[in-house]
Amino acid sequence: MLSISNVETFYGNIQALRRVNVKVNSGEIVSLIGSNGAGKSTLLMTISGVNKATTGEIKFDEKNIESLPPHDIVNLGISQVPEGRRIFSRLSVEDNLRLGASSNEKGKNFDSDVKGVYDLFPVLKDRLTQRGGTLSGGEQQMLAIGRALMAKPKMLLLDEPSLGIAPKLVNQIFIAIKNINKEKKVTIFLVEQNAKKALELADRGYVLVNGNVTLEGTGQDLLKNKDIQAAYLEGGGKK
Amino acid sequence: MEKKFFQTSIKDSLFTGLIALALFGPIVGLRTVAKNEVLEVHPKWFIVLIIVIVCAVGRFLTNLYIYNRDQKTGIQSSIGKSISNFLDTKGYQIALTAIIFSVIFPFLPFTDRYLMDIAIMMLTYIMLGWGLNIVIGLAGLLDLGYVAFYAVGAYSYALFAIHFGWSFWICLPIAGIFAAMFGVLLGFPVLRLRGDYLAIVTLAFGEMIRILLLNWYQLTKGPDGLTGIPRPSFFGLPFKSFPDEGEQTFHTFFGIEYDPMQRIIFLYYLILVLALITNLFTIKIRRLPIGRAWEALREDEIACKSLGVNPRNTKLTAFAIGAMFGGFAGSFFATRQAFISPESFTFIESAIIVAIVVLGGMGSQTGVVLATVFLIGLIEVFRDFESYRMIAFGGAMVLIMIFRPRGILATRKPTITLEKSSSK
Repeated sequence: MLSISNVETFYGNIQALRRVNVKVNSGEIVSLIGSNGAGKSTLLMTISGVNKATTGEIKFDEKNIESLPPHDIVNLGISQVPEGRRIFSRLSVEDNLRLGASSNEKGKNFDSDVKGVYDLFPVLKDRLTQRGGTLSGGEQQMLAIGRALMAKPKMLLLDEPSLGIAPKLVNQIFIAIKNINKEKKVTIFLVEQNAKKALELADRGYVLVNGNVTLEGTGQDLLKNKDIQAAYLEGGGKK
Repeated sequence: MEKKFFQTSIKDSLFTGLIALALFGPIVGLRTVAKNEVLEVHPKWFIVLIIVIVCAVGRFLTNLYIYNRDQKTGIQSSIGKSISNFLDTKGYQIALTAIIFSVIFPFLPFTDRYLMDIAIMMLTYIMLGWGLNIVIGLAGLLDLGYVAFYAVGAYSYALFAIHFGWSFWICLPIAGIFAAMFGVLLGFPVLRLRGDYLAIVTLAFGEMIRILLLNWYQLTKGPDGLTGIPRPSFFGLPFKSFPDEGEQTFHTFFGIEYDPMQRIIFLYYLILVLALITNLFTIKIRRLPIGRAWEALREDEIACKSLGVNPRNTKLTAFAIGAMFGGFAGSFFATRQAFISPESFTFIESAIIVAIVVLGGMGSQTGVVLATVFLIGLIEVFRDFESYRMIAFGGAMVLIMIFRPRGILATRKPTITLEKSSSK
């Protein structure tokens, strides 16, 4: 469904991605793990078109998207939940959701679409008129995911959904991600520092180190891998 | 603790007095008078002394009563708080009262020609403020060259009306379209700019338009300005005391006595309607996808991109629509004055409009009105004390910044505020 081949991205002179190759098949949950500064967010931003790849190819449903502007990519069916949630904090929850459906004709069925989001995150319904900034971190993350779903994506890019959220809510959010994948048939590409949770959830996983993909395999295989256990799961690893 | 605070306050106010002395000593204290072809210095130390004492005592009092507020809860002094409460809760009632008042205003017993002129001027600024509010308040793009669109509107109205003899109602939309085109023209190069850089480029744009008007003599008559701009007519009925042969005018059509106030009242309602249209448009468009996209763009551009909002088109429409209303206001200005020159479109105009929007509380429609009444009204009240007008203007700004740092009517207050705990 999505294939990234030999993609390189620069911030000025600094190379953030080095010949990255990643494939995501339709219906899968794929996790990308790595430490701070490995280039995980850059890869997501490059897929969604906010950053541009200097070289390489990104294909979505057999169509090259590496040179398209972000709004066209959203219209093709890739929605992103950006890192740190990026809720419009001074707009109401409802306006936030409506903005998710702002691309093209997708806002037409707002009422029925938004019901799907409420089924997933009932708490948002109670918060509808509240400003986005007054929600808790976990609720904001739910809103950000709900907002991205309003565009009815075929594929959802999630950037660290567990960042800065109470552990109890992290579980809820991961369950929701699984539901989105199973029930709404949305392909998920998940970037996480919480390697254990991400790999448990994933069908397949990739490990990114300093802009290079160093390992790939099924979620279970990666969980058992000695190097990964040492680097990301035990002791000095991120929780 | 209390005593120490007292001491620091005294020190602080003495220091303020010193600064005041340094500032006002040379400016106010030393006055040169030409006598027998020689310049003599006449010192006026007594006035300086008074100013210094006022500054020092004032500083001391503000220290005691305003800055000495409860740091934990951040509650302002009680007067400031009650005013704030009133403005925060009664915004809608204020707006309604203002609209009703402005509709009946021309027929109130104390209303005379002078008051009408001020009211028309205020409404022009209100309309400009509302137009600029779309760009600054909603889309969050700081535009310091808004007067350029005002000028484009005024000049395109004047040129079309003079050379083609078209009526006000035909020229008005044309002027709006021209201004909107210039808005897009400005919008394109500044798409990638943000914050300070955007402000600088828009500032330069405003100056460019003014200098262009000043130097393109063949078209704009440069500094001489354009004269003889046709007055608007009441749906084809002109306001004239002595109609030409066989011509119907406003007073003959309605069979009333001619009165020069009729035209003024018509102009007043014209700008009132134009301003209210601007307001209504802004209120409505806020609920539409494009208005929501503007507000979202102000909050977070990256999040907007990731949601499929096209930032280029969104910004350009904000510039274009904001400029269009500036253009409408400009054509009204041209038809009211019947004379325009680049003099009327200097940077200070832009600055006043920006001040109205910012001090009114960015994004607040009623706030714009209150700020206009406050600022423009103050300038008018001080008309007799010509040289102190700008001091009063600056003082008003400082007062607003102290008491309402987020604008007179800040709409961006959180929906839910924590109740003050009862234990305190």
